Amino acid sequence: MIVRRIQALGRSGLAFVQDAGHTSLFLFNSLVGRPDFIHGTERLIKQLYFVGVLSLLIITLSGLFIGMVLALQGYTTLVKFGAEQALGQLIALSLVRELGPVVGALLFAGRAGSALTAEIGLMKSSEQLSSMEMMGVDPLKRVIAPRFWAGQIAMPVLSLIFTAVAILGGYMVGVEWLGVDSGAFWANMQAAVDFDTDVVNGIIKSIVFGTVVTWIAVYQGIECEPTAEGIGRATTRTVVYSSLATLGLDFFLTAVMFGDT
Amino acid sequence: MIKMRTVEITVGLFLIAGILSLLMLSLQVSGLSHFLREEPGYKIKADFANIGGLKIRGRVTLAGVVIGRVSHIELEPQSFNATVTLTINPKVTYLPLDTRASIQTAGLLGDNYISLTPGFDQHAFLKEGDVIPAENTDSAIVLENLVSQFLAGQASKEPPSSGAAAPPSPVKREKGN
Repeated sequence: MIVRRIQALGRSGLAFVQDAGHTSLFLFNSLVGRPDFIHGTERLIKQLYFVGVLSLLIITLSGLFIGMVLALQGYTTLVKFGAEQALGQLIALSLVRELGPVVGALLFAGRAGSALTAEIGLMKSSEQLSSMEMMGVDPLKRVIAPRFWAGQIAMPVLSLIFTAVAILGGYMVGVEWLGVDSGAFWANMQAAVDFDTDVVNGIIKSIVFGTVVTWIAVYQGIECEPTAEGIGRATTRTVVYSSLATLGLDFFLTAVMFGDT
Repeated sequence: MIKMRTVEITVGLFLIAGILSLLMLSLQVSGLSHFLREEPGYKIKADFANIGGLKIRGRVTLAGVVIGRVSHIELEPQSFNATVTLTINPKVTYLPLDTRASIQTAGLLGDNYISLTPGFDQHAFLKEGDVIPAENTDSAIVLENLVSQFLAGQASKEPPSSGAAAPPSPVKREKGN
């Protein structure tokens, strides 16, 4: 009885290690298997279009509204203490450090990650990937690598755009509508936000999230069951896993980056 | 299928938007333009017995006008004073040698900053490397100390005949000293 328990534990441990090794090898292969530059850049640009440009609308719109809501809520709280001058600081710090990378990554997982998984899954179920292998084309290089790099590049850019638009949204509500002094808004923000610690760490965060989300998306796509149901499940898994990974990693990154301030 | 040209142009615009956002975040939001270059100016030092919550990059003001920044804070081992290095705007060359420096607080809960009060020396002016000695500086007013001193003062003022108020006074005095 106990032996069987131990055996089950060992089996799941082995499966976990095997899975981890498999995904790492997969990531390694798609990174090292970078395509040739002439055709590669063309494919990369096409993927950047799908992953980045088409996510722009949802990113800017959500950024605008999140910034506006942040300004509205922050104002109602701060005005009680007569500290509405600190609104710029509140908006900028929370956006640059946390909301920009995290909400950006969540939206990115929902908009681009799920599409990546579904696309690759459909390629697999319609046996395009295996026919590529038959023709001697490495699907990791041809299909996965450009998508991976595109996600990697697009995520920090999207997160930067998100943060900038959200701060402008916060400015619109806080200064134009609620009447916080414009000079105090920007001056407090500039005094509080430090480029090296805040902006750079935010970018590092978004690069990490971009890697994780795209990694999960393409891996789920290529490992999915090649049926309609399997693709659906893989897409769901992509969104769930990458959201959880983003939020979990964010805690650790925040603890490491800003834990002592 | 969209033409490759359109795709490339939109991707280019996308990347430009990203770079513009980064520029905005660095220049407008984090005010990098102020810190990118070493702030011009000459450095003077001031010794304080207690700097409270003064931080690097805190303001240095004269008559309320910002004329410099705190650029360095260190402990002076012999006298246990804090030596604060101030970088003063190069245009302000007319600070008398006996200028007084005091650490003040913006509002009740705000940041600490250094306020300079010009002295009366008409001939000698502060220049690079000069030190404002501890006799000419006022330390930070720590609010908690003020409150406990006030409480201790209140307790000692109360007439000892009122039996109810007398017992707690030693406790309050302990906090004050």
